[in-house]
Amino acid sequence: MGGVVVWDIDVAKRFEQAKGRFDLMVRFQSQSQRLVLFGPSGAGKSQTLKIIAALTRPDRGRVSLAGEVVFDDRTGINLAAQDRRLAYVFQDYALFPHLTVRQNIAFGLRLGWRNPPRDIANEAVDRWIKAFGLEPVERRYPEQLAGGQRQRTALARALVTQPRALLLDEPFAALDRNLRQRLRSELSDLQQRLGLPVLLITHDEEDVRHFAEEVVHLEDGRVVDLSAACEMVAT
Amino acid sequence: MDGAWIALTLTLKVAGWATALNLVLGVGVGYMLARKRFWGRDLLDAAFTLPMVMPPTVLGYYLLVLIGSQGPLGSWLKQQFGINLIFTWQGAVIAATIVAFPLVFKSARAAFESIDPQLEQAARVLGVREWGVFFRVSLPLAWRSILAGLLLAFARATGEFGATLMVAGSIPGKTQTLSIAVYEAVQAGQDDVAGALVLVTSVTCMAVLLAAGRLVPGRVAGQG
Repeated sequence: MGGVVVWDIDVAKRFEQAKGRFDLMVRFQSQSQRLVLFGPSGAGKSQTLKIIAALTRPDRGRVSLAGEVVFDDRTGINLAAQDRRLAYVFQDYALFPHLTVRQNIAFGLRLGWRNPPRDIANEAVDRWIKAFGLEPVERRYPEQLAGGQRQRTALARALVTQPRALLLDEPFAALDRNLRQRLRSELSDLQQRLGLPVLLITHDEEDVRHFAEEVVHLEDGRVVDLSAACEMVAT
Repeated sequence: MDGAWIALTLTLKVAGWATALNLVLGVGVGYMLARKRFWGRDLLDAAFTLPMVMPPTVLGYYLLVLIGSQGPLGSWLKQQFGINLIFTWQGAVIAATIVAFPLVFKSARAAFESIDPQLEQAARVLGVREWGVFFRVSLPLAWRSILAGLLLAFARATGEFGATLMVAGSIPGKTQTLSIAVYEAVQAGQDDVAGALVLVTSVTCMAVLLAAGRLVPGRVAGQG
């Protein structure tokens, strides 16, 4: 840690839902490269992540990532999702079902209105396919993949664009126990190798124990605690 | 038999143009209604669905009032460009387009609404702009249903009678489509001509329906 504030979030949004009103007021700062947003389902974790990635617009507040303000309602700054240079791994991975593994991974490298061809040659794509051991399935479609392969494809697709941070929404929830442990340590190694700030959200204490450097504890739309990981696990 | 072939090629030309126009209009309107939230959206949806439930002759009457030489659009077209649409094959195209339009926009809207919004969000986070998201994610995933809707629209346009007769009339070789030619043949007591025309029409519609049937229940977002 170089003392740089990586995550500087202070946002509020009111959601009018069928089951009632939900107020999200989330505020935290962290220098951590491995930050975990922890809390029960319905606490507002996913909404916070979506606000950071510009997939949801907060009513007011400020979002600053590694020193760059990407949203501030007072100055009118609001970078579009396309311009925040973030990687986002969705809970069920959101792989494009009509594209092969290779095409999925290359998706963000072509910004025009045509998809990459099935046999797209690209050095970064090759490197990530190799790094995640996806060579045997690179011509397959997402529905033909096993859970772990889907997650690796989603990670490769997110990382190939060289983002400034990686956001993960419950990345292990859809996997069985053994696979979950293996992919946790894979992600941990990956984070260290790339030196990339990672924000992971989860309701699973195991994820906190194995991955977190710092934990933001969220409940009912509010931050109830911000602590170093070891303290939280001890309780 | 020459008459039948002329009527068939004219019918296919009119239905083809109507389908092509509906590809653009139906997909555009379907996407707008599926994605945008605005006041009066339900009203607009109902208005766009009207051609499906109203008698084609009523539609034809509205069209006559609108694009006839006295109508607001018709007189403007005449003054500005010297264009007259009444009793032309282009007028028949407009009639067929409107009658078949709900079939395309309905299936397009349903197809766009069934796409997981996270797929479009994922594309945006990866840096792709809205047009790219539409052509690379939304449209390919909705394409099967849209294509099925287009084939139904083509079949519907092929069989169009009422609105076409009102707007374009029944000029052999110019605006007399198959279904109108059948009517004329029966009226004139030419049963053999009518029989041939009916056969040609039935085979054409059957082929289109078979093609549509192969697409509708197809697998989501196919291979390739």
